[in-house]
Amino acid sequence: MGKGSRLLPALETALWPLMALIAGGLVFSLFLLVQGKSPVEFFALIWRAGFSTAFSWQNTLSRVSPLLFAGLCVAIPARLGLMVIGGEGAIVLGGLAAAVTGAQVALWPTAAGFAAMALSAVCIGAIWIGLVGLLRVRRGVNETIASLLMAYIASALFNHLVESVFRDPASLNKPSTLPLVDTLRVGMMPGLQAHWGVLAGIVACIAAWALIDRTRLGFAARITGDNMRAAQVQGFNVAGLIVGFTALAGGLAGLAGFYEVAAVHGSANASLISGVGYTGILVAFLARHNPLAIVPVAILLAGFEASSGLIQRRMDLPDATILVFEGCVFLIVLLSETVQGRMPALWLALKGPSR
Amino acid sequence: MDRAPEIEAVGMTMRFGAFTALDNVTLRVRPGSFHALLGENGAGKSTLVKCIMGFYHATSGGLLVDHKEVEIKDPVDAQRHGLGMVYQQFTLVPSLSAAENLVIARGDAGAVIDWRREKIRLTEFMSRMPFSVPLDRQVSSLAAGEKQKLEILKQLYLGSRFLILDEPTSVLTPDEADKVLGYVRKLTTSGALSVLMISHKFREVRAFADEVTVLRRGALAGQGRVADLTDGDMAAMMMGKSDIGTAPDRTGQPGAAVLTLRGAQARDRSGYRVLPIGDLTVHAGEVVGIAGISGNGQVELMEVLTGQRRLIAGSMLVNGTPYAATRRQSQARRVRYLPEEPLVNACAPTLSVAENLAMRDFDSGRGVWLDRRRMARRALELIAGFDIRTQGPGAQIRSLSGGNVQRAALARELSGDVSLLIVANPCFGLDFTAVRAIRDRIMMARNAGVAVLLISEDLDEILELSDRVLVMSEGQITFETPVQEAQAAVLGRYMAGHH
Repeated sequence: MGKGSRLLPALETALWPLMALIAGGLVFSLFLLVQGKSPVEFFALIWRAGFSTAFSWQNTLSRVSPLLFAGLCVAIPARLGLMVIGGEGAIVLGGLAAAVTGAQVALWPTAAGFAAMALSAVCIGAIWIGLVGLLRVRRGVNETIASLLMAYIASALFNHLVESVFRDPASLNKPSTLPLVDTLRVGMMPGLQAHWGVLAGIVACIAAWALIDRTRLGFAARITGDNMRAAQVQGFNVAGLIVGFTALAGGLAGLAGFYEVAAVHGSANASLISGVGYTGILVAFLARHNPLAIVPVAILLAGFEASSGLIQRRMDLPDATILVFEGCVFLIVLLSETVQGRMPALWLALKGPSR
Repeated sequence: MDRAPEIEAVGMTMRFGAFTALDNVTLRVRPGSFHALLGENGAGKSTLVKCIMGFYHATSGGLLVDHKEVEIKDPVDAQRHGLGMVYQQFTLVPSLSAAENLVIARGDAGAVIDWRREKIRLTEFMSRMPFSVPLDRQVSSLAAGEKQKLEILKQLYLGSRFLILDEPTSVLTPDEADKVLGYVRKLTTSGALSVLMISHKFREVRAFADEVTVLRRGALAGQGRVADLTDGDMAAMMMGKSDIGTAPDRTGQPGAAVLTLRGAQARDRSGYRVLPIGDLTVHAGEVVGIAGISGNGQVELMEVLTGQRRLIAGSMLVNGTPYAATRRQSQARRVRYLPEEPLVNACAPTLSVAENLAMRDFDSGRGVWLDRRRMARRALELIAGFDIRTQGPGAQIRSLSGGNVQRAALARELSGDVSLLIVANPCFGLDFTAVRAIRDRIMMARNAGVAVLLISEDLDEILELSDRVLVMSEGQITFETPVQEAQAAVLGRYMAGHH
């Protein structure tokens, strides 16, 4: 076999999610047709509102940042063989930590203030998801269920704290923390309608890729993710890897909360509980847990979400419609995982007997 | 009861791509006879019975049942023709009773089972059998021998009149084995059953079988009445005079103690039982073999040695200092491991051959980054040096054959400077040439001064490679002897726990 056999798996890796996306779109089209709506119009609107003009790109990019971090929060533990789906909890609590810290450090120099806010967000996120890893290591608790339940706890805790001890007495209709001073608001990148969190997210993706694919530590993690027993026989510190990688994932999700508060909302309130942590699951799966692939996938999904409003108005569909579309794609992605790696065989079969 | 059928496989050939697993093999099991099928691992025994049972469809050749050609589409079809098979591993549902296991195996019991009627029918069925098992006991509480009897009863209950037994005694003690095979023997002499038994134990073949067929490298190597053949004849057929190949000579004398276990105790898998492992010493330039029947604490011992299971008493020393098998310790003291079934226990299946070969030394020296160029270079060296057949260093290791996965794992563990090598069942399920190559490497390592601990369920392997033989029974090392004085019969008694 020649070069083709080496190229094919790489091509297949990229092709499957793409095919899943298309197949998910087709299934969703049926859903629209049943309701008497036009799938063509739907996808045209996504294109128009998400990607067609400079304005729509700005709209899309403004939503990318949390998706990048949320995707990483799923993808990094996944490379260790762990399915952590509760990144939402770390985002919410990270945002709260950033807002509360921000109120305390309002008079600090800007750089120190940002550092304190970001650090507290990262720490609380790392602790929250790291705890999931610790439960897994110490007590054998399933990390998927633990992280999901911890996300519910986080949301409840967030609501409780924002409505009681951290509530700004001036926020009457919508309980919020004290608004951040203007010097502690993250601004837009020059020439773009997107805040610095987008760049930070992209940098985080590249760093995560380097960590997993290029470092010794990442190699040990990949071995552990592929066969934990072999990793134990090799004497790797499997427990340390699990706690460390889940904490890293949680820290990044906490950073998403920091940018949401400091760049978008200006304070922590119920708008922070947006479900973006769950969309991150879809991002990571479509990217096949490859941190570099998270960047384009996050932009694509941000475009979907950016078009939600237009679709609602033009097609008279509820705003949950985009969620239905994402759900269809996710199901197909999960289905396609069961057939992955079989394409070379299909290819050979099509070419006929090899001898 | 129906009369036992005559089964004849005619000119069976099975090819997988370019590889011929079975080459024109003809075999006849007379009605009511006990026929043994002998051969090394990879000789084609399983392929032959899988062709008979319809798991595989032979490339050419056919099957005659009572002189009539039948085409077996699948194992269900085989069942309809009265052909049944008892597998090496149990296929019973442990949480159900024996009676429940029998009834659900029938498949046509219906959606609602009339247990009262079934019980009466089962009791009536049991009364016709030469042996019985307690019907109401939960299967998980039965001893291995009882389970194997139940497996055989299940086949008779399903109406099988021809039975293939695939190494039926590998999980039994010699006593249990004799009992079970004695019952099977009784069934064949009464004319109720014809049996084809896969085995590699001469003793059982000699004691119970009427006729024997020997396969070697997929081809027929010999056939005849057991009474007309000596063990030597059968061994020569199995291995073939020309390609036995001898192990490298044993050279050099054992040196200082490398691995020492003193008064070691550990919990078993259930966590409730304490295994009184005991004392163990392995010297440099020596192979110490630990013989034992599967499930007598070997798995737990391996876990202790690899640091996955803590000792609750006693100590483990390497080069005289305490050893806990962390990665740093195993690298500093040059301890290497080869657990059984390397694809399951020692490899990352979806990572590449090169990455798997690098697992032992990618983090030697300082640095944060993975040296991928060194990995690729080392991979090419090891692939050439250990004759690993792969499409290339970038191929997933799970795409390799079992023998080549084992070669890769051994290449990784034996590369560089090694002081202690701990091996478990290194040749399980490998073909003849791979077995030879792996054993030669182990012997060469020993001659080069490596201390080797070999845990194996294959007594022949232990006797071939070891300088000293230890026996492990019920979690304890109960016997030790230099290999020159080792007698299989004595070892067997200790393995069975009678001493």
